[in-house]
Amino acid sequence: MKIIKSSSSGSLESNDLLVFVSPNSGVKIEIDSIVKLQFEKSIYETILKVLEEFEVKDVCIKIEDKGALDFAIFARVKTALLRAGEEK
Amino acid sequence: MKGLKRSFLFIPGNNPGMVQTADLFDADVIIFDLEDAVAQSEKDSARNLIIQAFTTYKYKNCETMVRINAVETEDFELDIEAVCRFELDYILLPKATVEDIIVLDKKLEMMNSSTEIFAIIESAIALETAFDIAKASKRVKGLLLGGEDLTADLGVVRTKEGLEIQYARNRVAVVCKALGILAIDTPYTDVVDEMFLVQDSEEGKRFGMMAKASISPRHIETIHSVYAPSSKEVIYAYRVLCAMKQAKKKGFGVFSLDGKMIDSPIVKRAERIYQLAKKMGLKVSGVEYDA
Amino acid sequence: MMRKIPKHIEGYGEVREFSGVFSDMNVKKLTQVHVKPKCPGERKIFLSIKEFFDKFPPFDGMTLSFHHHLRNGDSVINLVFSVLERYDVKDICLVSSSFFPVHEPMVKWIESQKVVKIYTNYMSGPVAKCVSSGKLKYPVIMQTHGGRARAIESGEVKIDVAFIAAPSCDEYGNMNGVYGKSACGVLGYAHVDADYANHVVAITDNLVPYPNTSIEIFQHKIDSVIVVESIGNPKGIVSGTTQITKDPLGLKIAKMAAKVIEYSGYLKEGFSFQTGAGGTSLAVAKEVKKLMISKNITGSFASGGITGYMVEMLKEGLFKTLFDVQCFDLDAIQSVKENPRHQAMSASLYGNPHCKGAIVNNLDVVILGATEVDINFNVNVTTASNGMIMGGSGGHSDTAAGAKLTIIVTNLVKARLPIVKEMVTTITTPGESVDVVVTERGIAVNPKHVDLIEILKSEGLSLYTIEELKEMAYSITGVPSEISFENKIIGVVEYRDGSVIDVIYPMKG
Repeated sequence: MKIIKSSSSGSLESNDLLVFVSPNSGVKIEIDSIVKLQFEKSIYETILKVLEEFEVKDVCIKIEDKGALDFAIFARVKTALLRAGEEK
Repeated sequence: MKGLKRSFLFIPGNNPGMVQTADLFDADVIIFDLEDAVAQSEKDSARNLIIQAFTTYKYKNCETMVRINAVETEDFELDIEAVCRFELDYILLPKATVEDIIVLDKKLEMMNSSTEIFAIIESAIALETAFDIAKASKRVKGLLLGGEDLTADLGVVRTKEGLEIQYARNRVAVVCKALGILAIDTPYTDVVDEMFLVQDSEEGKRFGMMAKASISPRHIETIHSVYAPSSKEVIYAYRVLCAMKQAKKKGFGVFSLDGKMIDSPIVKRAERIYQLAKKMGLKVSGVEYDA
Repeated sequence: MMRKIPKHIEGYGEVREFSGVFSDMNVKKLTQVHVKPKCPGERKIFLSIKEFFDKFPPFDGMTLSFHHHLRNGDSVINLVFSVLERYDVKDICLVSSSFFPVHEPMVKWIESQKVVKIYTNYMSGPVAKCVSSGKLKYPVIMQTHGGRARAIESGEVKIDVAFIAAPSCDEYGNMNGVYGKSACGVLGYAHVDADYANHVVAITDNLVPYPNTSIEIFQHKIDSVIVVESIGNPKGIVSGTTQITKDPLGLKIAKMAAKVIEYSGYLKEGFSFQTGAGGTSLAVAKEVKKLMISKNITGSFASGGITGYMVEMLKEGLFKTLFDVQCFDLDAIQSVKENPRHQAMSASLYGNPHCKGAIVNNLDVVILGATEVDINFNVNVTTASNGMIMGGSGGHSDTAAGAKLTIIVTNLVKARLPIVKEMVTTITTPGESVDVVVTERGIAVNPKHVDLIEILKSEGLSLYTIEELKEMAYSITGVPSEISFENKIIGVVEYRDGSVIDVIYPMKG
C-alpha cells in the first residue's frame, strides 16, 4: 500500500497511543512511550509487523504511547495506515 | 443457548483499556459496542481494535457479543465484515425492524457465519412488532429492551422509577416467553447515583425479564444477585450432573435425562448453575452441594 | 537475597545488611539528650526565624529536622531555608519525615551542595527527581516511620535543631495540631524530634494564650517558639474527603481482598485492622465494613493514617478505638478533637521495632499497596521501575512486619507495566513479611502459609503461585527489557531495624 497523505489515529488516554502517519521515502519510525525503557523493541517490532502485513515500504510513523498493549498498537497503526493509504 | 446469561455488559469498542480487561468483571456476556459508544469518525478505528482484541484474547470465561451499527448506516456492512473475521457468539442489532433482521440474516448467510442475533427493541414500531422481529430469523435468540431510545421515540420522560417503560418490559418479556428466547432488560444508566439500581433490576425481573444489560462493571454484582438462578434451574442442573456421574461410573461417554440427550453445552451450563448456586449459598430442597 | 550491597557506602558508612525481619531484637539503649534548663520568667518566643537564627546561629554540618503533617501544604521547610540563605552555612543534613512537590525550593540547596545529606521516609516531586538524578552529595537514606523514630531514639541520627510546625501553640511551647488555620490533626511523627533533638523549636502561625489545651506535645520538651505569618496552605494539608475508588478493577481487587480477610479466620470479635488512604485500600475497608455488620463483629482498633471512612466506622461502633499517627482529612481532625476513643499515637508507638512493643504488633490485618512485587513477595513502594524515587516506605514495612496478615492490593498490570515481576527494582518491604498479593486476575499466597492456601482454595478463590501471576502479567505485557543503572549509589534503603535492605542506583542516561 502506498501512503499518499498524512493521518492519525488513537488517543492519549492511558493504555492507548496516538499514531501519526505521513508519506516518506523509506521507513522512518519514531517512538515516544511511557514504557520506552522496558518495551521500545517490542513496540518497534509490532509496528514493523503491520507495515509488512500491508506492504508499506515508504512511510514516516510517529507514535506517542501511553502504555498500550501490542494488540492496540497493531490496531491503531493499521487504522492510521488505512486512513493515509491509496484506495485500491 | 450456551452459557448462563444474567448480565450483558457494554464495553466501548474504541477504548483499549476497557477492551483488554472486559472479561474481568464477571459479566455473563460482554457487548463490545461499535454503535453509540463510538464517535462517527472513529468507527474504522474501533473495528480494527476489536478485530485485534479478538485475535489476541480468547475471552474464555464469558460469551461475547458485538453491537454493530444499524442496517441503514454505511458502517453496517463494514461491521459485519469485521465481526465475521473472528469467533463471536452473538451480534446485537440496534434499531431493529423485521426487515433489518431479514437483511442481517441474509448477510450472515452469505458470509457463511453461524453467529446468532439479539435485537434491540427501541422504537414504538419495534415494540409493537417485537414478535415478528423475533420470528424473522432463526438466529434471533433474544430481545433487549432499549429504554432510553424507546422513551425518546414515545416523547415521554425517562424516570428512575420506570413507570413509562412498564408496558414495554411486559411486552418484550411476553414475546420472548412465547418464543422461548431471552428477554433482556434495559440498562440502568445513572453511573453516579446508584441508589435505584437494585429497585430497577428487580422491577425488570418482576415483569418477566430474564437478564439485564449494564453500562457499568460496577452494576454486575447487583444484577447477578437479582437474577440468581431459580430453584428449578438449580434442581435441573443438579440432576444433569448426577446423571453424568452415573454415566461416567458405568463408563458411558454419552447419556440422556428425561429422554433427552445431554450434550456438552448442557453439562457446562449445568455445572455453571450448580457452582453458582453453591457459591451463592442457595438452599434448594433435594440439592446437595459437595464440600 | 541477590542484591549487590557494598560493605561500606561513601557518605553513609559501614553497612549492616538486612538479615531477617526480627533478627535484631537484643536489648537497646536510648541516646542521651542535651537539655538546657529554663528559669522562671525566661522567654522562649521569637517573632521571626531570623531573630531565632541571630540568637542561635546556624553552623556548618548541622542537622535540621522537620515533620510532614502539613504534607503538600507545608511552608515550614521552605521558610526556614529562605532565611538560611542569608547565612553562609554548608554541609547541612536534613531529617524530614517526607518531601512533597511543594518543597521544590530545596532543589537548589541540593544542587549547590549546601544540603549534603537527607534522611526521609517518603519523597515525591522535584526533590525526589533531583535526588534520583544523583545531585545530592551523599546517598539519601530512606527509612520507615518506625525506623526513623528508632534511629533518632538510638542516637544513630542526631538532630541539632528540630523545627516542629505547630498549628496551635502557646508562648511556652504547648502545642496541638487540631486547631488553627493550618490544622492538620495529630502530630505523630514529630514526637521523637521533640524528645531527642538538642534544640526543639515550635513554629506556629497561631499563637494562643497560655496554656494551649488540649496539648499533644508539652512545653517541657520545647526550647523556643517562633511565630510566623503562615506555616502552611490548608489546601495542600488535608483533602476534603478521601474518595473510595470508582475504578471497577480497583473495586474488584477490593472485593477479593475482603474475601481473603473473611476466610483467613482473623475477622472475628476484637479484629484489628489498618488500611491506607488510597482509593483501593478504602474500598477494602468498605467491603470489610459490610462483612463486620453482617457477621455482627466489633473490632478492637483500626490504626495508621486516619481518614473519614475509619472515623465513620468508629462512630458506628464497628471499631472501639482508632490509633491515629496522622489525619488525612477534615473528618479525622474533627474526630480526634472530640472523641476520646480516637487516640493520637507517636511514630515510635506506631511502628518502632526497638520499643517495648509498637501498635503494629497488635495488628491482625493490614492492607498495603505496591509499585512492584516480585516472585519472592518483596515489595517496592520506593522507586518507579525506571529507578526514579517516587515514594518510600512510610509505615509500609512497619505494618507488614507487625500484622498477622499482610495483604498487598495492586493491579497486575498498569499501563503495560507488569507489577508482579521477576525482581523488584528496589526492595522496600521484604517478602518474608508479606502474606498475600491480590490482583484483578488472581491471588497469590506466600507459600509458607500452607493452611491459608488450603482454606482459600476450598472457598473457591482464584489462587495462583506468585510465579504464575508473574507469567500472567508477562503474557499480557511482554517481557520487559532489563534496565541498566549507573554504578553510583544515590540512595540507601534502611529496613525498620536500621539494617540496609537495598540500595538505589540512578538509571543510565
